[in-house]
Amino acid sequence: METSIENKSYHVSDRGYYGNFGGAFIPEMLYPNVEELRDNYLKIIQEPSFQQEFEHLLRDYVGRPTPLYRANRLSEKYQTNIFLKREDLCHTGAHKVNNTIGQILLAQRLGKKRIVAETGAGQHGVATATVCALMNLECIVYMGSLDIERQAPNVARMRMLGAEVRPATSGSKTLKDATNEAMRHWINNPTDTHYIIGSVVGPHPYPDMVARFQSIISEEIKWQLKEKTGSENPDYVLACVGGGSNAAGAFYHYLDQESVKLVAIEAAGQGISSGHSAATTALGKPGVLHGSRTILMQTEDGQVVEPFSISAGLDYPGIGPQHAYLFDSGRGIFMSATDQEAVEAAFELTKLEGIIPALESAHALAVLGRLGAGSSETVVLNLSGRGDKDLSTYMKYLD
Amino acid sequence: MNRITTLFQQNAIENGPGLLNVYFTAGFPDKNDTLRVLTALQNSGADLVEIGMPYSDPVADGETIQMSNDRALSNGMTIKLLFDQLQDMRKGITVPVLLMGYINPVLQYGVEAFCQKCAEIGIDGLILPDMPMDVYEEEYKPIFDRYGVLNIFLVTPQTSEQRIRQIDAVSEGFIYTVSSASVTGSQSGVSENMEAYFERLQSMNLKNPRLIGFGIKDHATYSKASQYSAGAIIGSAFIRVLAEATDLEADIASYIQSVKNPKVEAAIN
Repeated sequence: METSIENKSYHVSDRGYYGNFGGAFIPEMLYPNVEELRDNYLKIIQEPSFQQEFEHLLRDYVGRPTPLYRANRLSEKYQTNIFLKREDLCHTGAHKVNNTIGQILLAQRLGKKRIVAETGAGQHGVATATVCALMNLECIVYMGSLDIERQAPNVARMRMLGAEVRPATSGSKTLKDATNEAMRHWINNPTDTHYIIGSVVGPHPYPDMVARFQSIISEEIKWQLKEKTGSENPDYVLACVGGGSNAAGAFYHYLDQESVKLVAIEAAGQGISSGHSAATTALGKPGVLHGSRTILMQTEDGQVVEPFSISAGLDYPGIGPQHAYLFDSGRGIFMSATDQEAVEAAFELTKLEGIIPALESAHALAVLGRLGAGSSETVVLNLSGRGDKDLSTYMKYLD
Repeated sequence: MNRITTLFQQNAIENGPGLLNVYFTAGFPDKNDTLRVLTALQNSGADLVEIGMPYSDPVADGETIQMSNDRALSNGMTIKLLFDQLQDMRKGITVPVLLMGYINPVLQYGVEAFCQKCAEIGIDGLILPDMPMDVYEEEYKPIFDRYGVLNIFLVTPQTSEQRIRQIDAVSEGFIYTVSSASVTGSQSGVSENMEAYFERLQSMNLKNPRLIGFGIKDHATYSKASQYSAGAIIGSAFIRVLAEATDLEADIASYIQSVKNPKVEAAIN
């Protein structure tokens, strides 16, 4: 019976599936909201006026295209050719803003008056508060009360931008609970509110919609790499994965190009078997989380497990359904890096290239030494965010 | 015939008062209270009982039921333990019993194994709000049918007429009518908007009877809901009674009495 839903492409099927992952596992209270989006998102984002405005804002407001930078000293160290996609140079400090711009333009066209969002490290919350200020829409951001303590500078930024930051005090008081609270808010306000999910998670059409807004990353990589190397296809594309939005964007235009190895790096926390980890594919099983069938960390009884990572942006017990399918089908290569390895990689990049990466992105950097890339091969690493927000963590490791 | 279907048919024939369906969370207030609360509800006059399977991430639930879920989980509740607690319930329980919860724990147990266990114990229906209708029809309905377990769907004020008809077509037992766009426990009372929505549903001539839930807490709201449907569902308000109970059986009896038939209670007092 499952074959009718099964989808062979790496892109989403008409019914919202990637293989057997995806779908919209939502309570009836959310159905009309999600149906409205599902029925309209493609039509809206394909309108010329939408595309013009989206491209204009990405260029003049976000600062796109972001550079593709050949990291010479890093390349020398690992005896391969490493290019960094500089999403860290986006306005607000990470790739997250590509998606929030797209979704706020969509929300406007759907006539929504208010935006609700969840945030972990605060990057998506800041990116959402930013576009709400830009478009003069009311903004409510749910953030785990633990994360509010951990990420004070981003909380201040959101408030300065005019957003109301509401603490999520249920469960583990982190990203997954902030997501639950944002969903509850949406259930309670079904007609005038748009929920801007920050990653490629949630019910269909969110994973596909967010991936499309982030696909600008790989669209640019292709022509930039061609300019620099003569080929638009690298041998490897590396990206860290929490929910997986930066990876989805970096992989998007390479999904059907099987010669390009797509490498997703998860957060192993204190170690995969330490009991304090967020390495979803290593520790998880198929199930349903936040509205989609995916792979998630859970107990034998099907309760969602609290993840752990030094990086709040990767501190999530699931991955997007497309990534679950990339893992399950073997199209994606899944690796992981521990807290310690990520911090060391962040210091290494800073020392060799003068770039302080976000802790999230540092997880991708951490696997360069065991990737096995040859000296004639090309590696593109999506540097998804900058490390300003992580200075208090990094300072603990200075000397 | 399934106990749920029988109950609704009989009540319709007898033109009885509104049916009262009461929700409580398994393993709450204490781990081993499940059968005790179920028995007390039956003895107090609840017509159907929904037992909540506690879940770590109950997105459709408000603070009260989140609290009972958290408490139950920290009490050590699991699906396996719930089935153990209910293994012999049909020795004394005659009212229809449903399990309500989120789909992930059911998937982990295995849908077929889960339905088989329900049939063995005498569970009559399931309410899994985050199970999509198309997935149910294509993947799980044959399993539910094989074990005689009914699946109860929800409709809300925002559900379109076309979708209500689809839900009615695939439903058996009753349709869970959510009174307002909200998570559980956030509404109190029945507003004029709600009454218009209830009337709209009433005039659709659906094949399934309806029970109205969300915002039902006392005799007035139960009576109002019963005017427009086969009866009412109480959830969060009953969880609050359990949370504050000093004598479970007595407090459950007096609360159910106060909802269904306050005059009798007044006479006893």
